Amino acid sequence: MKKTINLATEVLAKNRDLAEDNRRLFAERNIHAFNMISSPGSGKTTLLERTLTVLGDAVSMAVIEGDIQTDNDAARIAATGVPVVQINTGGLCHLDAAMIRRALEEFDLEHLRLLIVENVGNLVCPSSYDLGEHEKVVLISVTEGDDKPLKYPGIFRKAGVMVVNKIDLLPYTDFSLERVRANALSINPKLEIFELSCRTGEGLEGWLDWVRQRAGAGPA
Amino acid sequence: MHEMSIAQSLFEIIDETMRQHGLTRVTHVRMRVGEMAAVVPDSLEFCFEVLARGTPVEGAVLEMTVVPLSGHCASCDTEFRAPERTFLCPSCGGGDVRLTGGEELHLDELEGE
Repeated sequence: MKKTINLATEVLAKNRDLAEDNRRLFAERNIHAFNMISSPGSGKTTLLERTLTVLGDAVSMAVIEGDIQTDNDAARIAATGVPVVQINTGGLCHLDAAMIRRALEEFDLEHLRLLIVENVGNLVCPSSYDLGEHEKVVLISVTEGDDKPLKYPGIFRKAGVMVVNKIDLLPYTDFSLERVRANALSINPKLEIFELSCRTGEGLEGWLDWVRQRAGAGPA
Repeated sequence: MHEMSIAQSLFEIIDETMRQHGLTRVTHVRMRVGEMAAVVPDSLEFCFEVLARGTPVEGAVLEMTVVPLSGHCASCDTEFRAPERTFLCPSCGGGDVRLTGGEELHLDELEGE
């Protein structure tokens, strides 16, 4: 007999529920979590290295590294002395809430104040998967072009923060900071924007203050 | 390209629903996919067919209704469609816009026997 079943459910409802569980856990433990998303090679790991090197002693932090293969990034993070768990997705283009929950079991959550997730390098797929984080931080670098927010509106709409990295390379490209700001703000007027160079250290202080505030450590 | 992950989540819900409702075959799957859901319908359809092969879902029609991007401006209380994927209010130019459609990835209905 023919039957029609009305479901009206989100396809990713299971991930959404698991993300809610993570969010509850973060709230109970007073942990702030953010999720870093960018194309491959924008400088997520380098920005993390710089951040952890400066703040590692002052703030209790942990990092979850998402990569398709290798633990190269986790090794770079571990060298800063901050606890890190590597997730290898084996081809999958994003992290999901269940992976985060499993990785959290590896950390001592008692004293943890700040959890940073470095997602798989990809501007599309990670934007669909809520991890339970407080905000998404999207990174772009000046060699990628200032129209990136227009090409990938989904992630720029969902992010709370945009970091523009590699500004030391501005003289060698046609990238315009003004244009990238205008493009990003036309997608998401509430975006907080940091422009910096991990290589020279220019502009890093503003970003570090933001991270300190998120960890409840206040500005410098 | 995360359509395979999406299709797998879709099948988890379909399997569960078939068990609950005692279905032995699914003939239609109806979804709503937002313009900005970061899903390519053709690609999702391909993954759906791959996963359906050899299961009671094989041959089912996956019907996807694409939901246009639309928003509501809190400043001037206007509803609008955003065909150009712009997120500023076309009436007042304001940015205090809440998206009211275009991000959904919903499974609405299953038909089977």
